Amino acid sequence: MKCRLLLLGAALAMQACAPSGPKNTGVYLLVDTSGSYNRQVNKAEQIILYALTRLQPADSIAVARIDTASFTEKNIIAKATFDDRPSTANKQKRAFAGLVDKFVEVSAPAPYTDITGGLLQAIEFLNEKHTARREILIFSDMKEDLAKGYVRDIPLDFTGFDVIALNVTKLRSDNFDPRQYLARLDEWRARVEKGGGHWRVINDLDRLDGLL
Amino acid sequence: MSMTSLLAFTPWPAVSAGILLIFLIVAMYLARNTAHQAIQAAAGVLARGLRLASHSVTHAHQRLGARNREVLLAAGREAKERIVEREFARVGDTVRKDLASYPDMHRRLSEAIVRIEEDQEKAVEVPPQAPGWGQAVKVIANLDVGNAGTAILSDIHKSMVKAHARAMDDYRKASSERHALLRRMMPDWRLIHETLGRVDKSVESVIERSLAIDHRMEEYEAIVRGEDRAVSVLSSSSIVYFFVSALVLAVATAGAAVNFTLIARPMAEMVGGTNFVGAFRTADIAALVIIMVEISMGLFLMESLRITSLFPVIGALSDKMRVRMMIITFAILLLMASVEAGLAYMREVLLQDELATSALLRGDGAGSMVNGYLWITTAAQMGMGFILPFALVFVAIPLETFVHSLRTVVGLTGIAILRVLALILRVLGNGCRHLGALAQRVYDLPLCVPLWIETRAAAATKQGTWNTRVSRETKPLQEAQS
Repeated sequence: MKCRLLLLGAALAMQACAPSGPKNTGVYLLVDTSGSYNRQVNKAEQIILYALTRLQPADSIAVARIDTASFTEKNIIAKATFDDRPSTANKQKRAFAGLVDKFVEVSAPAPYTDITGGLLQAIEFLNEKHTARREILIFSDMKEDLAKGYVRDIPLDFTGFDVIALNVTKLRSDNFDPRQYLARLDEWRARVEKGGGHWRVINDLDRLDGLL
Repeated sequence: MSMTSLLAFTPWPAVSAGILLIFLIVAMYLARNTAHQAIQAAAGVLARGLRLASHSVTHAHQRLGARNREVLLAAGREAKERIVEREFARVGDTVRKDLASYPDMHRRLSEAIVRIEEDQEKAVEVPPQAPGWGQAVKVIANLDVGNAGTAILSDIHKSMVKAHARAMDDYRKASSERHALLRRMMPDWRLIHETLGRVDKSVESVIERSLAIDHRMEEYEAIVRGEDRAVSVLSSSSIVYFFVSALVLAVATAGAAVNFTLIARPMAEMVGGTNFVGAFRTADIAALVIIMVEISMGLFLMESLRITSLFPVIGALSDKMRVRMMIITFAILLLMASVEAGLAYMREVLLQDELATSALLRGDGAGSMVNGYLWITTAAQMGMGFILPFALVFVAIPLETFVHSLRTVVGLTGIAILRVLALILRVLGNGCRHLGALAQRVYDLPLCVPLWIETRAAAATKQGTWNTRVSRETKPLQEAQS
């Protein structure tokens, strides 16, 4: 009996002292720079800075632009995994904010919009980081416009991902026929949920409380 | 079998129901005695079981009460022994202090007395009297020498006046010397007075202490005799100590929480802010460990100082070892207090850094403004970080009281619970017995008609028997009368 109790106690102690799984967050922010949406980049900067204030030590963040060909590391503007020491993490955040600021200054409009490529890149990046929470923020009008020769009709695995579309602006054509806008959002929702992810849209950038 | 099919053995369900009811009542009437016995047995078993349980709980309550009484008396005895020991130590100190200075005091008193005696003896000496010229004057006055006698008398007069003047001078001188001697006695008198005053004070102090010891000894004897009054006093004291020490411990816990808040954030810089052990952050655990170590050091320091006696091993150490332990624990405490002060400073620095970063990210210029009075909060945090570990040292005193009084309070609570449990069991036992009687009456309720018939039949039988007996007894009488 005593032996059993000892074993039980030891097992409990080992369970209590065992290192727990990751509790960090990974954020991948895609910024659409195609056509007229490039003018919204300043708003995207606000979102990025807000995300930086919310992130904690050991969290990961990457900001990438959506242009003609988004499935490439070259599109990543800035990325960082914060140190677990708060002071170092603060320094990293300040440096990250500087990089984003530079990008906003020099951002040029792209002729096409490859959202799927950006999402693939985001999934790949966050899967490599092995974070507990995985959030993909898409700052775009969600209108995909692929250049000739780009194949993006591929299934996406969003298992364990939260995909949040931010500031999904209405196009001129949407004003003529709002069904296009709604159909566009529904299509993306279906795609994300089919891939096992969770889809959300936030258009009011003054109410970002639920974000991260 | 459904109710409809049950009532279908005649074409009229009401009739069927009536017949069934009659059968049921007859069956119940026939089984009445057995049913009553079963109910009575069941109720009796339950009542006896509950009463037995109640007795058992009462026994447990008595045993716990006796144990609690023993614990209380032992604790009270120990406390009184300590108090009496301390009083004796105080008396010993007083006596030792006075006795240590007694030879010196005695010497000074003797010297003062000798000086006073000498001075007194000197003061008693009377100056020499002027020479007696009276006889010579008488002889010369009786001589018939003419004017020559007058001259002689005149010379004698002069000599007498001179001698008188000298005698007066001597007298004044002697008086002055005596006064000087008496004046010189004054400091000695004062010395004697003061010394005796001190002795009186010491004696009074010893008497007071001895009265206190007498009082404590009376209480101690009452405890040793195990008087109820002593137990009652000890019990109420124990409850008071329990609540007071619990209150102080709650305050100390709040202090420890403040301490934790001061050092938890900067600890993240040392051990990382994202490591977890189980569900807890490693930084939080590290901060908690520091506080616990400080409290432990405080306990050891108090034990080494013999203020508390939670660890008899420390109390039994030699004085040399205890002093060493005292120095070591104090040094560790000082070191940890300094570390905490440093961590508190670092906390403020980190906080400012974080605020500045947040302000920068928000694009808020006001957030990055430097507060001119920031040094006050920084200094206050550092001060608290340094002082709190030393303040937590004193937790050992209420902790010891809490631990000691907890035994008694737990015992008293146990006694109260057992007493209530015993009462409930007894009430339930009696209730079961009465419920059994009630169940018998309820069983008899549908049998009212057959029971009434039975009663009537019994009465009739009794009446018949009575009539027969009366007629049998009166028949011979009537025959005799006729």
